[in-house]
Amino acid sequence: MTRTMARAILVLTFLAAILAPWIAPRAYDHQYRQAVNASPSSQFPLGADNLGRDRLSRLLEGARVSLLLAPAAAALAVLLAAIVGILSAYLGGVWDRLIMGAVDLLLALPWLFLLLAVRAVLPLNVAPRLSVTLTFLLLGALGWAAPARVVRAQVRALLDSDFLLQARALGISPARVLTRQLPPNVAPVLLAQFCVSVPAFVLAEASLGLLGLGVSEPLPSLGSLLRDLESLPALHASLFQQAPMEMAAMLAPAAFLVLVICSFQLAFPQQEICS
Amino acid sequence: MTPTATKSTIQKMPRILRRVFAALATVLAGGFLCALLIRLAPGYGFDEREMDQRMRAESIRAIRAERTETGFAALYWQNLRAAIGGDLGKSRALNRPIAELFAERLPVTARSMAIGLALAWVFALGLAAAMAVTRSQALNAFAAALSGATLALPSAVIALLFLLAGWPPGLAVAVVIFPRIFRYLDSLTRGILDQPHVLFAEAKGVSRARILAYHVLPVAAEEIAALAGISVSLAFGALIPIEVVCGSPGFGLLAWQAAQARDLPLLVDMTVIVTLFTIAANSIPDFFERAERAA
Amino acid sequence: MIRRLFLLATILAAAVALPARYAFAQTSNNELRFALRADPKTFNPLLMADEPSETVSYLTHGVLIRINRATQQLQPELATSWKVTEGGRKITFTLRQGVTFSDGTPFTSADVVYTFTSMMDPKLHSPIADTFQVDGGPTTAHANGKYEVTIAFPAPVAGLERLFDQAPILSASASGKEASPGLGPFMLAEYKAGNYVLLHRNSHYWKHDAQGKQLPYLDAVRLEIVPNRDLEMLRFAQGELHLINNLDADSFERMAAQNGGASNSARDLGPSLEGEQMWFNQVAASPLPDYKKAWFRSTNFRRAISGAINRHDLTRVVYQNHASPGVGPFSSANKFWFNANLKAHPYDPADALRRLQLDGFHKSGPDLVDASGHVVEFSVITNAGNQSRERVAAMIQQDLKQIGVHLNIVTLDFPSIITRITQSFDYEACLLGLVNVDLDPSAQMNVWMSSGENHQWNPAQKTPATAWEAELDQLMKKQATELDPAKRKAAFDRVQEIVSEQVPFLYLVNKNALTAVSPALGNTQPSVLRPQVYWNAETLTLAAPAAGSKQLAMK
Repeated sequence: MTRTMARAILVLTFLAAILAPWIAPRAYDHQYRQAVNASPSSQFPLGADNLGRDRLSRLLEGARVSLLLAPAAAALAVLLAAIVGILSAYLGGVWDRLIMGAVDLLLALPWLFLLLAVRAVLPLNVAPRLSVTLTFLLLGALGWAAPARVVRAQVRALLDSDFLLQARALGISPARVLTRQLPPNVAPVLLAQFCVSVPAFVLAEASLGLLGLGVSEPLPSLGSLLRDLESLPALHASLFQQAPMEMAAMLAPAAFLVLVICSFQLAFPQQEICS
Repeated sequence: MTPTATKSTIQKMPRILRRVFAALATVLAGGFLCALLIRLAPGYGFDEREMDQRMRAESIRAIRAERTETGFAALYWQNLRAAIGGDLGKSRALNRPIAELFAERLPVTARSMAIGLALAWVFALGLAAAMAVTRSQALNAFAAALSGATLALPSAVIALLFLLAGWPPGLAVAVVIFPRIFRYLDSLTRGILDQPHVLFAEAKGVSRARILAYHVLPVAAEEIAALAGISVSLAFGALIPIEVVCGSPGFGLLAWQAAQARDLPLLVDMTVIVTLFTIAANSIPDFFERAERAA
Repeated sequence: MIRRLFLLATILAAAVALPARYAFAQTSNNELRFALRADPKTFNPLLMADEPSETVSYLTHGVLIRINRATQQLQPELATSWKVTEGGRKITFTLRQGVTFSDGTPFTSADVVYTFTSMMDPKLHSPIADTFQVDGGPTTAHANGKYEVTIAFPAPVAGLERLFDQAPILSASASGKEASPGLGPFMLAEYKAGNYVLLHRNSHYWKHDAQGKQLPYLDAVRLEIVPNRDLEMLRFAQGELHLINNLDADSFERMAAQNGGASNSARDLGPSLEGEQMWFNQVAASPLPDYKKAWFRSTNFRRAISGAINRHDLTRVVYQNHASPGVGPFSSANKFWFNANLKAHPYDPADALRRLQLDGFHKSGPDLVDASGHVVEFSVITNAGNQSRERVAAMIQQDLKQIGVHLNIVTLDFPSIITRITQSFDYEACLLGLVNVDLDPSAQMNVWMSSGENHQWNPAQKTPATAWEAELDQLMKKQATELDPAKRKAAFDRVQEIVSEQVPFLYLVNKNALTAVSPALGNTQPSVLRPQVYWNAETLTLAAPAAGSKQLAMK
């Protein structure tokens, strides 16, 4: 029941995201300068932002940008984590130590400076959509280190466990063990990683906007819309000035993202995956 | 028993040495790569004084000449030699000895991290255990909503909310890393609960709490230990925006200030420290696992 | 097992949480508290270049002449009188007698000579020293007795008295120390890095009020290091801080709305010297394509872009009317030097298109194209994290779209911007804020002289690239050496005119000075000049906090 609902929500949100240009009530980038900070109304269902742009249209466009790219980046990170984690555990010895050393480095280095260098070699007049795609790609390429450690730990435990010992005793080839036996067993961890990575990347993309990577005006992303919450005056006002409509409008992008994340977590058949 | 024990200690000796050597190599590589990244990124060697309208052209040129005088390799070598001699150098941005900065800031960060990690682990373990024991759909949905909500809010917003409430930054760290730890724990316990021997035990009427304590936790020990290791890295990553928002003068805030000022010596020293901590945190599961195997 | 685990973890959590409990701040009632954005980089006043260091220096050190921030007139401080001689080459000060440093040592001409000699040391790179330097030789100081000092310049300097407002006097007996005793109302008592700088009342301070009571009235000043503006707002609202020097318009509106009425602490002081400006890269050696260089060097192009920007919308939407359209390098806040005949470029897209046509630009469908068929698209770089500035950029983007110009907005971190605008010149247009600390145009020599490093649109030229830049050079030199204030004013009026015609900078908005002052703080006279609220720190008073008011501080 929960799962069906979660799946329905996922389908709906992705449809809304894909169809954003056609279903959005207004252009996401037009500034209605007489309607700055307008309250929700029939004209602006979620109100207008501090430049007079329709919040609902921006939410839909932001979802389109983030929800199509973040899962792709998360999938990339998860795939890399799986490959590295399984290889490291399977090869063992010196290789294992080398790979894990590299993972430690990856976790500790200030990648900010790599991103700054990437921005420096990109031309200034780069299309926002290209920039944001590249940003998500970078996030995916850098975000696999932590989960790779968990995958490795799990694979090592599996390699020592009884049923793989039996498989080996039965003469099943290492390649078959690698490709057939291990992936279904690490799948729950990878799924968990995917669910954690999607929102993490959505938010990280917004922080990279500060470095000139990712979306830039006037294109919104879910992350950049969420950054509106970061200003205390706005937060303070919506929390304490008893303006439920404004508060709902401000929190809409956050609520939307929460809904999507929960649906991701609930939509997949977690219990059965190992049987 | 006795001969094996002696043998294993002998075997362990060079292994520990090897580990220390490997850690040292990783740390050195970390320091060098960090320095290289900063050198290659734009803004290296920038000086705010260049924008100071009071500065005459000659002075600005003199400042520029000063910083291009020492080459990158020479600078790195100088700092490395000094660091081996125990001198961590001086922060350019804050104009103070780095050792002093670390001594002031590490305790602040250690406290926030300890609070954050302890609370996040308590709640994540508790919730995962409760879910495993009850297998309730409602609890499942609640956990999904809770972890979803905490994942979807930017750390800075969480920090702001805590600031408004007057709670310490450590609590915000807990809220930020809780869902990450919880999602892994949850998937680990689920994976094990569905294994044949557990299902068999359950069918035989063994209580779920007992199954959890005797079948799940020992089996998942290695993964949980690995998770413990990476949770330290996660907590540190979360700490940077939180300390910046809360104005908590710790390591995270220092890292942010150093990055903004392109403070090469400070950033390299910080990377070395963080690499050391990462290696240490991630080594715990390895030793743990060895002990397990020996037993 | 699980229960035990739980218990253990709870105890652990409690144990680590305990020391982090909130503690009551041990503060005296007569202690002024406000925020510094960062740690001061130095306590040596000669080396300060950052605002936190300047704040500490302002409160702990004295100067010979002060610019009264309310009247914008000179007022005697450590010098009771002064005389400019030899056509502006020399200034002779008569020093105040009976004044002592915070360590009790007497103040004499030796201290002044010591201060200027150390400051002018070329190895020091003191930003203050640079303002005292004039082409043609060193600036020297010598004593003519215990209470008389002469500072000699190699060439005439116009309006040189005001330079001394920025030159803190150090003690000769404390040479070599970073934090030396001062002649200011307060003295450095304690510095806890990352937390606060505590200043105590200087019991040797020389000023007395009309009733003969020794100043300052305050016992202490606690400068809390608060890197985050929101946190500063919050702590002000909770009564932990007494003033905010510089509010943004959003926070101002919020604060005004929250405590409207009697205890309204947010104050709009009217036009300040700060504004937002944009400029195009006109550097000949920049890596831009030639056709773009041609656009940016065209006066018609720059003037057209300026006229296509709706400045009134900027002031209304982004600054909620706490700003006015930008006119030129000085705003009306600069009472003497502002050229009142000039007006901000009016918003007129039709006129903009007409000017562009003069240069061969024309509309092709929705786009504007140049004479050789290139679609007009350019990027503007601006620093990340300044929300008002990002909104200004977004509004300009929509304004320019109306005349068919595509503007791409790129936010970068500050070091990246500096590298691009001072070294690689790899940018097309740049949007940044402008802060004028000094009222006198001589302080802007490095901006308007074509050889200047702060001549942002085309810095450090060997010879002026254009006729109007050559004229700017001449006028700036003239105003710097001319002693007659009226003639200086005429020269700088012409500078402002040329800048308005040639548009090397597009002045967008001029912000109002917005401050917040706690009702408990007395004798305040907030000024649009820095340091806005605490410029008269020695006469500020603090009412005892009402019973039960919050005095919580994070330990």
